[in-house]
Amino acid sequence: MVDFGGWDMPVQYSGLVAEHEAVRQRAGLFDVSHMGQLEITGPDALDLVERVSCNRAASLKDGQAHYAGLLNERGGFIDDMLVHRISDERYFLCVNASNQDRDFEWIVDHNDFDAQVENVGQDYALLAIQGPRARRIAQSLTDEDLDAIRYYWFVECTFAGVPTILARTGYTGEDGFEAYVPAEDAAEVWSKIMQAGQDCEIAPCGLGARNTLRLEAAMSLHGHEIDENVTPWEAGLGRFVKLEKGDFVGRDALVQQKDAGVERKITGFEMRGRGIGRDGYAVFAGDQQIGHVTSGGPAPSLNKNIGLAMLGAEHTGVGSSIEVEIRGRRVEAETVKTPFYTRSKG
Amino acid sequence: MTYPADYRYTKEHEWVMLEGDEALIGITHHAQDQLGDVVFVELPQPASKISAGESFGTVESVKAVSDIYAPLSGEVVETNDDLVDQPEKLNESPHEAGWLVKVRIADKAEFEKLMSADDYTKYVAAETES
Repeated sequence: MVDFGGWDMPVQYSGLVAEHEAVRQRAGLFDVSHMGQLEITGPDALDLVERVSCNRAASLKDGQAHYAGLLNERGGFIDDMLVHRISDERYFLCVNASNQDRDFEWIVDHNDFDAQVENVGQDYALLAIQGPRARRIAQSLTDEDLDAIRYYWFVECTFAGVPTILARTGYTGEDGFEAYVPAEDAAEVWSKIMQAGQDCEIAPCGLGARNTLRLEAAMSLHGHEIDENVTPWEAGLGRFVKLEKGDFVGRDALVQQKDAGVERKITGFEMRGRGIGRDGYAVFAGDQQIGHVTSGGPAPSLNKNIGLAMLGAEHTGVGSSIEVEIRGRRVEAETVKTPFYTRSKG
Repeated sequence: MTYPADYRYTKEHEWVMLEGDEALIGITHHAQDQLGDVVFVELPQPASKISAGESFGTVESVKAVSDIYAPLSGEVVETNDDLVDQPEKLNESPHEAGWLVKVRIADKAEFEKLMSADDYTKYVAAETES
């Protein structure tokens, strides 16, 4: 167990690689209850969400969710989040554990509207069922037709006997569901999912596998690829920015940076020489340091050592030769396109 | 897990097996269990010197990098080249096939100071409880 922002979290159960493979081939269950949840409600709820989010919440339908940035005035990520529209007067935000208090304060500070903001993180536990067999397992625990729920849609339903927000979302690059359940029912729902998943060989999974899975899928992690000094352009998350929607916090800075051009960008790489580029290691081209690794490590599904790095813009094209400094030794690597892993759509 | 009775152990979870003036060094079952799946091992070149208590290589698992500390001083005679292509041997057989280096030792007294299997077993038990 490790202390993760005040939560005791298992890094691994049976073993990181075994858990990783379970999610890629069968199914895995993650307890990610540390994630924060905020609710924005009232007739002005949409106005407030639009003000603090870089994505266009107005285009969401009831039961639909999207990824978005909660940006500061400089266009940097205070946090990244999933915005769920439950109704036109109720938005449900899932945010990172360690940022939730800051997120809450930030949103309250920008509430120039008549919206209510509530930190509901303590009310919910979040269990993520991920993998090709996730749908089958989740389906056995609810009467709702889960085939009808498309990727990034959700439903409020009875799941494993308790009222649940069940979303077809995840952080692994696989199909799957994230179940927001009442905190007091978490242990029981966990057991029911494990039991329902027995035939599908579901495996309990820890933070270690969560990280290798999301890295293969090249999904950003706050504090690594993104932070208060990194903009969506730099993070390669520009598709979640809707400049044309009108004003929002950070918009001016983003417009300015877009016009000026970005000087650095998150870039995928694969090690070519023997060595593993890890978080924080310096990256070189010739004698010049051109950036640093934001997340790096072995990719269990790919049998390669991969990583994401923040690199000077001139080095971000696919096929650039770079070197990662590993304990004083420079090891060859090459920039590659991301994601590293894409599931085959069956 | 039983730890071989004729080996000696360190608090950093390395083991030493002595044969004449040559010592085989590896990491313990407990160490590999804590590390998880080993994917990369970096060892010194033969003929290089290692000094007791100092890092002489690294073992990387999927999740982390760990230094390996020399249990005693000496000159590296041989390294386990099998680990280059099969680092998983460290997990499968930490006390035998997963050995790391063979060292010609400088001072046998350093070996005598290390923990016995009994002491190490107690040490691991205490560490696991805390």
